[in-house]
Amino acid sequence: MYIYTMKYKDYYEIMGVPREASQVEIKKAYRKKARKYHPDVSKDKNAEERFKELGEAYAVLKDPEKRKAYDQLGANWQAGQDFRPPPGWQESAGFGRGGGFDGFGAGSGRGAEDFSDFFEELFGGGFSRAGGPRPGAYPPQGQDVHARISIDIRDSYTGATRSLQMQLPEATPDGRVFNRQRVLNVTIPKGIRQGQQIRLKGQGGQAPGSGQSGDLYLEVEFRADDHFHAEGKDVYLNLPVAPWEAALGGKVTVPLPSGHVDMNIPANSASGRKLRLKGKGLPGKSPGDLYVVLNVVFPPAHDKTARQIYQEMRDKMSFDPRAGMRRS
Amino acid sequence: MTENRKFMIEGQLVDERTEVTIVQLCRSCAIESELVDRLVAEGIIEPSRREGDILYFPQHSVKRTRIVARLRSDLGINLAGAALAVELLERIERLESRLHFAEVVGGQVSK
Repeated sequence: MYIYTMKYKDYYEIMGVPREASQVEIKKAYRKKARKYHPDVSKDKNAEERFKELGEAYAVLKDPEKRKAYDQLGANWQAGQDFRPPPGWQESAGFGRGGGFDGFGAGSGRGAEDFSDFFEELFGGGFSRAGGPRPGAYPPQGQDVHARISIDIRDSYTGATRSLQMQLPEATPDGRVFNRQRVLNVTIPKGIRQGQQIRLKGQGGQAPGSGQSGDLYLEVEFRADDHFHAEGKDVYLNLPVAPWEAALGGKVTVPLPSGHVDMNIPANSASGRKLRLKGKGLPGKSPGDLYVVLNVVFPPAHDKTARQIYQEMRDKMSFDPRAGMRRS
Repeated sequence: MTENRKFMIEGQLVDERTEVTIVQLCRSCAIESELVDRLVAEGIIEPSRREGDILYFPQHSVKRTRIVARLRSDLGINLAGAALAVELLERIERLESRLHFAEVVGGQVSK
């Protein structure tokens, strides 16, 4: 066994309950926080991390035996402090390494990498192999790994390559799972849409022994963009236009995610008007359409000339923007 | 145990026509086939075809199944509740992307 330092984890602090909390209170606190930080629900950037931590804390605190053993460490430890279990810990606490632990997370496809060294040291092995389907149900295979990749809409127009750094599970010959950092250079195919997946065969979790590696699935997510927005294969473009362009009509050059196009704006267009450019959406066998949404922006009345023009409009145009509203 | 390895990988695009077998679905989501039957009965996923004993599902079923399975085991909600959550999450995702765009179009003032 090799020597390494690990940090003490304050499971009560993570759970946000006092040390004397009842099992009912712990369960309630867990459920509340789990809903908040569940990675499928939360928008929090650290949701995955916090949820794992929470699961680990709950795995200990919900189990009276583990909780008792954890409590025996005493209340004087600080979160993050270097920690080594007291001598004779495993014998006295009864959590020998290699003892089976059918715990939280088993069956949901998450393996040993979920729990910290601190947990592993205190509550032992066995858990390492808890992820994945019931043993014997399928030939031993590596886990499929699901991840997200953020790209710009432009990348879908042109196609792109992305370099990804990922922690991917690998197994040692004796079946212990650990994470290895790998760099993957991935091709983003042209025409890919929001939510679509790229499957990288054999790049997921590796299997112990000669088993087949799992696949890596990358779900594509378009970065929020102030000017473009995709719905399926159609793209919406927010095009700022001057009041006179909208009122008088005319030709404007529209920048596309890749290249540009000249377009005619009909006279008397209002803000929000949609103009369709067929086939200029995301590329593909049947490409999507591009909807140009006009967004009339007004020059600020900062200088004398601008103010004069606005004053003239006010005085000479009989225009009541609130004519359609009922007055009480 | 950190080590960098370089790969150049050509992925396979998963589109509407891509299918997975029930075995692949179970493996990918680390669930057992009984749960798949229940998801089908609940109307959460639907097989695209059957060949002999093998059920095929559209690829997007994997994501739904995975989320439902995780919400169920992590949050202690039942299948019907998880199904509702998944549908609402999908709706929120669509709305949020549209909202960001609408806010820009609606609220823009020239600088």
